[in-house]
Amino acid sequence: MFGLLGPVLAQQRYVQAVPFAVAGQFVFTVLAMASLVNAFVQMDFSVRYVAENANSALPLFFRVAAVWGAHEGSLLLWILVLSLWTVAVTLRSRALPKRFIARVLGIMGLLSFGFLLFTLATSNPFLRLDPAAPDGRDLNPVLQDFALAIHPPMLYTGYVGLSVAFAFACAAMIEGQLDQAWARWTRPWTTLAWAFLTAGIALGSWWAYYELGWGGFWFWDPVENASFMPWLVATALIHSLAVTDKRGLFKSWTLLLAITGFSLSLLGTFLVRSGVLVSVHSFAADPARGIFILAFLVIVIGGALTLYAWRAPLLRSSAGFELTSRESFLLFNNILLVIAAAVIFGGTMAPMISDALGQGALSVGPQYFNPTFLLPTLPLLALVSVGMHANWKRGNLSRTQRPVLATLVLAVALALAVWMGAYGTGSLMLPVGLGLGMWIILSSLVDPIDRLRRGLSLSAGVLGMSVAHIGLGMLTLGIAVVQTASIERDSALSVGQSAQLGAYSFRFDGVEPAEGANFNATQAKITVQRDGTDVAVLQPQKRNYWVQRNAMTEASIKTLWNHDLFVAMGEDVGKGSWSLRMQVRPLIQFVWFGAIIMMLGGIIAGLDRRYRQLKPVVEQEPDAVGDAAEARTA
Amino acid sequence: MTPRRRRLVLVLGIIAGVAVAGGLALQAFRSNVTFFFDPTQVAAGEVKQGQRFRLGGMVKEGSLVRQAGELEVRFAVTDFKREVPVVYRNVLPDLFREGAGVVAHGRLQADGSFLADEVLAKHDEKYMPPEVARSLKKGETRSGM
Repeated sequence: MFGLLGPVLAQQRYVQAVPFAVAGQFVFTVLAMASLVNAFVQMDFSVRYVAENANSALPLFFRVAAVWGAHEGSLLLWILVLSLWTVAVTLRSRALPKRFIARVLGIMGLLSFGFLLFTLATSNPFLRLDPAAPDGRDLNPVLQDFALAIHPPMLYTGYVGLSVAFAFACAAMIEGQLDQAWARWTRPWTTLAWAFLTAGIALGSWWAYYELGWGGFWFWDPVENASFMPWLVATALIHSLAVTDKRGLFKSWTLLLAITGFSLSLLGTFLVRSGVLVSVHSFAADPARGIFILAFLVIVIGGALTLYAWRAPLLRSSAGFELTSRESFLLFNNILLVIAAAVIFGGTMAPMISDALGQGALSVGPQYFNPTFLLPTLPLLALVSVGMHANWKRGNLSRTQRPVLATLVLAVALALAVWMGAYGTGSLMLPVGLGLGMWIILSSLVDPIDRLRRGLSLSAGVLGMSVAHIGLGMLTLGIAVVQTASIERDSALSVGQSAQLGAYSFRFDGVEPAEGANFNATQAKITVQRDGTDVAVLQPQKRNYWVQRNAMTEASIKTLWNHDLFVAMGEDVGKGSWSLRMQVRPLIQFVWFGAIIMMLGGIIAGLDRRYRQLKPVVEQEPDAVGDAAEARTA
Repeated sequence: MTPRRRRLVLVLGIIAGVAVAGGLALQAFRSNVTFFFDPTQVAAGEVKQGQRFRLGGMVKEGSLVRQAGELEVRFAVTDFKREVPVVYRNVLPDLFREGAGVVAHGRLQADGSFLADEVLAKHDEKYMPPEVARSLKKGETRSGM
């Protein structure tokens, strides 16, 4: 059945046939996915992949999610998502020049051809077991969670969505022509892919927090970094596309970002799937897979960069801009984002390079990542508010000074009030982060409110940008507070004994047995009090899954609007005492809410009606101010 | 300023910024990288005084000691040639057990024991930290010779 896919995918220059090829590929990929899902639902243990990742005791919901719970199925998911994007591009781009869109689809076809070849050659999920296994080995308990159903599809939709920008960039380079219309076609795709990537990363972070019991939201784990680098570059890309769209500048830089963004998401796949990295995400190490992906990587990235070196000089832009114009601010944004990505890249790759060179096994942790990531990020956050209100081309800041300064003063006052009132810890990063976050939120509100008050229309682009920046502000607030004002303690407590964490006291009330669908557990009861009144009863579990026999900690978290109370169980340390990991995490929900709001902003901006007028655009200027404001989709 | 000069200033500014960022990153990198050592290397005194590093090997069978009701645990990490005593005062990970692979982050104390602030155990029964696997393999070939 899989063999049918190959010929359908062969890249076709026959422009007329391209939509049919896309449709065919889509139908067959869906068929393949459907039959794999079916195998899981029916518990067909003659399929090796099913036998390795499911069990008759596994609930139906997890059996479906288990389809992408390991390497082979997640690749199939990747291909399906790519195929979905390809179909979407085909459907939405009928008004674009036929030849151009055929090239875009051809490149996406080549990518999916490569991935299909990879799947068939090294990771076919349909390999048979003969004789069939009596029962399956079960899904890794860590993955038996609701988030497995949505985190990988979201993340992949984002990862793979960057291939659209990549394909558009390659097609433009092949054509040797890149105009503002091109940027306008590319923008919605990039913005949507970015929104999905944001959601995917946030979900992964949330999952690690509540399921793995790591007790934080970000660990600079190489796999996290692998998804974060494309996100940073994609963020830079949507901003530089705004400049290309509005002013016809930054053309070759935009191309380079489009190539880099997708290359990094391929690199991420390589790192995660090849077994070079060992973490919760790497399923099984297989050198053949690593070499295949590496070769694919070299071909795709090398090819694109060669094309870039050859064609980019054709795409000169001549318009100038002043140092304090919006173009410069977006340029700074791009540079800082790229520096941040580069710093993370260095830290992520260093252990592998050192290892390959025989320099010894070193590891790079938060002690490196935290300061080096802050370095470009702080000025980046500080420039958001100023840049958002700057004019295109002109360097005159005085006209926009008032709202910028007013919001700055208000933000500083609020930050100091919150800092003194609620936290009052010594770290300087707390008020700085609070101030920056509030400044971004407040100044993002200025423009929409102003336009509404004057009765002007609010385009989806402007609205989306404002919403996304408000999300960024919330994220900044959340990170600043949770990183500086969290309290954590590991203690051994006997029954009735309490531990004091800030204003909260955690009282251990003993353990009792519990049972789930496919596991036994020991469940503890911890009563949290504040000033003598009960705030929460937490019931974390230590689970023992029947099939894999691994102990698994299930943390218990009580979410209040401004705090999370977290308890995870350690072990029975004798004399009726248990070791417990207890944490108070202020404002941690802001991290994920911020990310969700950013995603919403991306979706709103990506669906702006402006992008659907797909006729080749001649830049029309209804009025200069309106246009500048309109363009604040940045 | 002419557009040309303005662009020059911009480009120079960017280059300076990138250089500063790169320098600082390198500095942070040099002072914050942690290296991996196995018990044999620790016994040979390859670790600098007070240096934070990662200690890897297997948890020695029968070495886990805990005063009933206390959080603090002591165990020995071995590469089957030498061993290092470890002290840890936090919650051990789920998959920590005697005879299994482990990586501990921390520093050597004056009495020669290793005070860990973080202990990582393997993720599942198929996995052993690659450095531990390699270090054990090296030990085998060495002892085989």
